[in-house]
Order: sequence, then C-alpha cells, then structure tokens
Amino acid sequence: MGDKPYSDKSYSDKYDVIVVGAGPAGTAAAITCAKAGLNVIMIERGEHPGSKNVMGGILYRYPTEKIVPEFYKEAPLERHITEERVWLLSKDSAVKMGFKSTKFDEEPHNCFSVFRSHFDKWFAGKAVEEGVTLINETLVEDVIIQDGKVVGVKTNREEGELYADVVVAADGANSLMASSAGLHPEVRSETLALAVKEVYHLGREKIEDRFNIDSDGGVTIELLGDATQGMMGTAFIYTNKTTVSIGVGAFLSQMIKNKISAYDLIESVKTHPIVRPLLEGGETKEYLAHMIPEGGFRAIPQYIMDGMVLVGDAAMLVNSLHREGSNLAMTSGRFAAEAIIQAKENDDFSVKGLSLYKTLMEDSFIIKDLKKYKNADKFFEDHMQFFTLYPQLANDAALEFFTVDDVPKREKQKHIWRGITEKIPSWKLIMDLFHGWRVVK
Amino acid sequence: MNIEEKLFLVRYNTDAESHLKIISQEVCKKCEDKPCTYICPAQVYRWSCDILTVSYEGCLECGSCRFCCPFENISWKYPRGGFGVSYKFG
Repeated sequence: MGDKPYSDKSYSDKYDVIVVGAGPAGTAAAITCAKAGLNVIMIERGEHPGSKNVMGGILYRYPTEKIVPEFYKEAPLERHITEERVWLLSKDSAVKMGFKSTKFDEEPHNCFSVFRSHFDKWFAGKAVEEGVTLINETLVEDVIIQDGKVVGVKTNREEGELYADVVVAADGANSLMASSAGLHPEVRSETLALAVKEVYHLGREKIEDRFNIDSDGGVTIELLGDATQGMMGTAFIYTNKTTVSIGVGAFLSQMIKNKISAYDLIESVKTHPIVRPLLEGGETKEYLAHMIPEGGFRAIPQYIMDGMVLVGDAAMLVNSLHREGSNLAMTSGRFAAEAIIQAKENDDFSVKGLSLYKTLMEDSFIIKDLKKYKNADKFFEDHMQFFTLYPQLANDAALEFFTVDDVPKREKQKHIWRGITEKIPSWKLIMDLFHGWRVVK
Repeated sequence: MNIEEKLFLVRYNTDAESHLKIISQEVCKKCEDKPCTYICPAQVYRWSCDILTVSYEGCLECGSCRFCCPFENISWKYPRGGFGVSYKFG
C-alpha cells in the first residue's frame, strides 16, 4: 500500500456508517461520525483518496477547521490567497479588477490553493487516525435496498456486500449511489458544467515576479468574457508554489450547442494575448477534466431517504457565482454526520430520524445562499450578453477612455455612450443591469 | 498543445476491458452531430469508417459523454476499483 492512507483493521460486514467516496464531503462526514464513537467504513474507488478528484483548486479555511482545527499547520497546502482578481476579457484586452489585503497574509488565512490528490489523501488520513476504516481501490456499484430502505452497498470485490445503519453517498457529481437509489432523475446537461484544467509549471521565482507576490502568498484570477467564447462559464488561474492551475469551464449544454471542445477552449485561454505573458516559458505537468453540478437551488435532489443521505457534489451543492464548492461539501458532510449521530441515539434511520440534516442545511449558508441565487442561472442563460456583449463594451469604453488624443472629454463620453447604445438600446441596458442586480442581490 | 500531448501527461492504471460501451452502433450512424466526438475532453470517441471507436484508455472519468449523447447510447460506468485515471496533482 506504500504511503497510501489505508487502515489495517480487518473489516466486518456490518457498520454504523458506510461512506462512499473519500473527498471533502465524505471525509468530513466520516471524521465527525468517528469522533462521536460510531463505527465507520469509507470506500474510495481511486488508488488513494484524491487520485480521482479535481477542483479549480481553492480550499477554504473556516469550514475545514470545523473538521480538523488548525489543519493548516500540517496539511499539504500550496499558497494562502492574498489577492483575488477578476478580468473581463475581450479578444485583445482586459478590464481588470481585484482586491488585495495584508489581512489575508495574517494567520489564520482565508483560503488556500491546493492539489486535491495531495490534500484529500492527507484529509482521509485524519479520518483513519480517528478510527475510520478506509478501503481504497474499491468501486461501489449499487445500493442495497430492502423494503424501500437503504441497508448497505454492493462493491466490486468478491463477497463485497457491506451493511450499515446508514449510507453516506459522497460519490461526486456523477453519483451512481444517487442514481441507483432513484434520487438523480433531473440531471441534465443544462445543470452541469464541464471544466478542464492544466497544472502548469513556472517555478517559484517566475510566479512570484509575474503575480507580484511575496513569501507564500498567492493570487486567484477569474476570467470572464472572451475566455469562454461567449458561453456561460469562467476561466481561472490560481497560483500554487511552483505551478499555476489554469482552467476553463462552461455549461455542458452550451458546449454541445456551440460544438466546442474543452481542450481547444483551454488552449485559447492559454494563448490569449493578455494571459500568454504570464505563462511564457513554462510547461504543462498534468491535464484534468471534471464535471461541476452548477444547477443551483433548483437542481438539488431529495438528499435524504430512509437509510441514506447525499452530501457535497452528489447533492449538487455548488455555489458557482462565488466559486464555492469544497466548503459546501465539507459543511454538508458535517451536518449529515450530526444527523446520523442523533439518529443512532434514537435508533431511527428513516427520513424522519435523519431530518436534523435537512434542518441544519436549511438554517445554514448552504441552502440560504443557493436559494438567494436560485434565479441567477436561468437569468444569465437568457441574457447571454453578460458573457458576450457587456465584457466587450466595457473593454471598448476603457480603450476610448484611456486613449489620449485631441477629443474633448465630454465628447469622448458621448462617443463612448453612443458606441454602447449602437449595440444595445439604453433602456435594455438599464433593464438588464437592474434585473442582473436583482438576481444576485 | 494538442490533446494527444495533454493525455500523455496523465497517469493511468489501464484495465484490460473498457468501462465505456456503445449500446448500438446503428444509433451512432443516425446521429447527425455526434457530440461525444467533440465534447469528451479526452477525445475518447472518434468516428472513423462508419464506426464510433472508444479509446477508453484515455478517459478522464468526467461523465460528460453520459449527458451529451442525445440518444443515451453510451453505457457509462466508472472503471473497476483502482483502475482508470490517477491524478498526480488533482
């Protein structure tokens, strides 16, 4: 097993809890249950936890500390983020915004860039330390349902049936657990984003010079507009220690419609004239792809059934507008665990017995935030100008504004406004901005 | 950088048998756009000589083919435990 976190405990076939998937949600649930004295087995299909897992790369400190206090003193992290930038791209320019604070340099930090293959392995190791039995390289193929209640799972191992009071489905966006239990009927290409990423080596010095950072600080850049070739989505660049994570994602339905290949899209981001100088002289170390459940509030499936709960991506918990996912995953895992602990006390693992999970979710930022943006996806889908025309207009206006010539400023302003209203009537622009503000306010 | 060069950087434990199956090649023949051939980020699916070929060895297990096939003609499963993509960074 080498250095893989893998418990040596021989495993019996009846547990209190089976966790399927050792990502942030599953591991958070496993640790919380184990700390309360429950007998937990966690099953991971990869060589080791994290080996199948992909995200843009930002991990948040607050929700992680709720599971492992002061994790940042020992966990494998890349850089703490001190600056967040947003770029609105046109074909050959960018309107740049951002925020940098020395407060983000002080411990405890707000968030970190990470590699999931390193972090998840470490995190699952913490679960093993708490007494969780971790089984790697094992695929859960089906749930075992008796009298309408989930009682266990079937793995691809010989005599691989495992039974428990409750199953935690933490098997990600393509949750086979949820589909085999009939909880994912509504998953469609309109609710999923496809993202690809490259881990791109530049070396510490180039990164710190080009991104204007010192010590272990780091930068995130979100790229809108031309980065997604008019599709609803974003691109990103996150600094790691000696590499950057660069990626792009867009709604699967729009990639299908526009006949765009993700591997071509990421090349167009890497070679964009505003991005290219940042990457000059480096090389790609790894190429990755992943689907992100970005359907928002309306896409959340029923996440509790008799004997089973869904957590993290399996429950489609992603706040795409705020680039949040791993924090929703960990927090939902912890909430599910708290409900399981209570259900164990009452020996009731029905939907009713596990209802604390729903209560905690609905009282928290998870459901409140997703509810807040419940109309945003549909709005932006119907107003694609936010990804096409508006970033272009912002760039056109900035070019005019910053170009020095002999045109008096008042005339320049008029000219900028005329340029805008030629492309979109002013009443429509105002309506769009007003409605856009309403869906995110 | 083309897709072959990208996939060359990815580590796999390749299973002897494919985890991805085309249910009916006849359906692919009738499929006009063949979205799997451009949506799959690992270019697993290619149309050549009236056959949809499946290079499952390069699969990144994202699941996009599962949802892009307009005829639900791809039988999609994860590789067996321990097989498939194994990211160094993730």
